[in-house]
Amino acid sequence: MPVMSYIQAITTALREEMQRDENVFVLGEDVGKKGGVFRATDGLYETFGEARVLDTPLAESAIAGVGIGAAMYGMRPVAEMQFADFIMPAVNQIISEAAKIRYRSNNDWHAPITIRAPYGGGVHGALYHSQSVEAVFANQPGLKIVMPSTPYDVKGLLKAAIRDNDPVLFFEHKRAYRLLKEEVPEDDYVLPIGKADIKKEGSDITVITYGLCVHFALQAAEKLAEDGISAHVLDLRTVYPLDQAAIIEAAKKTGKVLLITEDNKEGSIIGEVAAIIAENCLFDLDAPVQRLAGPDVPSMPYAPTMEKFFMINPDKVEKAMRELAEF
Amino acid sequence: MSKKDYKALGLTEEQVLDIYRTMLLARKIDERMWLLNRAGKIPFVISCQGQEAAQVGAAFALNREKDYVAPYYRDMGVVLAFGMTTTDLMLSGFAKAEDPNSGGRQMPGHFGQKKNRILTGSSPVTTQLPHAVGVALAAKMKHDPIVSFVTLGEGSSNQGDFHEGLNFAGVHKLPVITMVENNKYAISVPLEKQIASKTVAERAQSYGMPGVTVDGNDPLAVYDAVKQAHERALKGEGPTLIEAVSYRLTAHSSDDDDRLYRGSDEVEEAKKKDAIITFAKYLKDVGVLTDEVEKEMNEVIQQEVNDATDYAENAAYAKPEEALKFVYEE
Ligand SMILES: Cc1ncc(C[n+]2csc(CCOP(=O)(O)OP(=O)(O)O)c2C)c(N)n1
Ligand SMILES: [Mg+2]
Repeated sequence: MPVMSYIQAITTALREEMQRDENVFVLGEDVGKKGGVFRATDGLYETFGEARVLDTPLAESAIAGVGIGAAMYGMRPVAEMQFADFIMPAVNQIISEAAKIRYRSNNDWHAPITIRAPYGGGVHGALYHSQSVEAVFANQPGLKIVMPSTPYDVKGLLKAAIRDNDPVLFFEHKRAYRLLKEEVPEDDYVLPIGKADIKKEGSDITVITYGLCVHFALQAAEKLAEDGISAHVLDLRTVYPLDQAAIIEAAKKTGKVLLITEDNKEGSIIGEVAAIIAENCLFDLDAPVQRLAGPDVPSMPYAPTMEKFFMINPDKVEKAMRELAEF
Repeated sequence: MSKKDYKALGLTEEQVLDIYRTMLLARKIDERMWLLNRAGKIPFVISCQGQEAAQVGAAFALNREKDYVAPYYRDMGVVLAFGMTTTDLMLSGFAKAEDPNSGGRQMPGHFGQKKNRILTGSSPVTTQLPHAVGVALAAKMKHDPIVSFVTLGEGSSNQGDFHEGLNFAGVHKLPVITMVENNKYAISVPLEKQIASKTVAERAQSYGMPGVTVDGNDPLAVYDAVKQAHERALKGEGPTLIEAVSYRLTAHSSDDDDRLYRGSDEVEEAKKKDAIITFAKYLKDVGVLTDEVEKEMNEVIQQEVNDATDYAENAAYAKPEEALKFVYEE
């Protein structure tokens, strides 16, 4: 089994899907000749040509809107937003259009578009190259939002997103791109969208999170294990719609739950996770549900001091996990 | 009155009569919708009146068996020409379950019907433009010899999606025809407060495509312009922007009172150019339409609208729980 980085898993999934189905094509800014500013589409232009690896004008609403039109025609567009921060000009196309096309046409039309975007901080990206934007879209029925945490999950979930008959937002943590590596099977597997994944079984406390924070939780869990504290780690993988059954099961398992997001706290994905636990697990809880998140400021500052202050890291996670275990 | 000769455009007597019949049908359905609204039977109307000539003239210049259209809310003439029926439109007016546009989910005027290649539309204006460009891109990629056609109002040509979409189409030389139906108003705001350029058509210059302004009250002039754009598109010569100038003969919608912002003299003046009247006169002058044929046409349409109204009024609404269906693939 080859060892692959997170971003190589993306490129591999794209390449394999383009080989499998001639309707799959890629469009976005700098995705062609350059292979993307992060090189997620590296080599695709050479293999598939400029018609299927399309360098578009710098206009996000058109990237999304043209992709939606092509999807309605029967194509499988994979649109890249250069940074999740720059998805904002396309929000109207995503929320008013993609999310509602099946519903508003009473199932007559559908728009199977995948929109990929690198998100997340800790890369000296400042306010506009660091944001987590999933909460903007996470109350829009009709959309699915996938945020994988490992190269293995990336490959299986990106393939699933491309094959899905509904619009999928696929957010990739940009710091994970080259940081995370693991063995990824060469075969053509897909992972189910809408299903969370237990990344570590444990019995004392439950951590529920997604994206890069999954790794912080796993690292912290190892340290806690040295002191005999056993942590259960659930990776949401799909943050919308949420896998309620998996959340409830994980919360009931230990009765002590820590929720983590890199996004700022108020109105984030984990607020909804907390609500699900509150509705379903009251008598199984042994501690108040805890949330660890970014501060409620507009975005992540540039200076290393302030960036570090904003970002979640393994130390912050470990501290929160210990406090919960001791409750 | 048309300055064009229908024969010189390659149209037959039957075809020009069919154009007129379709325009008249759109007008009559629209008028009925207003009556139903004022009688309290349907909550909302948004009108095609004054724009039928541009809509039907354009639609007849397309390949109605193959091409894709992304109409905006006034385009009853376009969707009728593309195969939507009077009953379909009435079902939509009454928001009944059988409405093929949306099963009663959307307001009337939000067209969509896959079997007739009518893309589903929404309320936020101009979002359909990039969709039509996307259809053209997909058709080009698949080497399908089709054209996509999209319409919008002149006020809507200020939206980013207009400029982003046209530029995309221009850069990639896509087979898409954009027709702006310039009816001089965006609700209450007149043209001169909407658009800094002299015409909408000249906006095309920035996007590497021809832009033409035509008389939107003359279905043959619009037919001619769209036909030429269609030929260019099929030859791989890229997109075209067409501005069809007419006038909105009704209030913006059933919720608007246009006396608040325009004089009745202006409306009366525009009514003299109403294509339903002037095109009928042209057809009579060239000996295609007779009083007798016109009378019969009116009677048939009247009957069709009556039947459709009865059918739709008596049709069932969707069950309440239907509201839960089709969020995702089922
Ligand atoms: C994005 C957006 N903003 C505002 C509206 C409300 N609105 C509906 S129609 C309209 C005027 C449109 O004028 P125009 O484009 O000229 O088309 P017309 O109605 O004249 O045919 C407005 C402001 C809307 N539907 N969408
Ligand atoms: Mg207007």
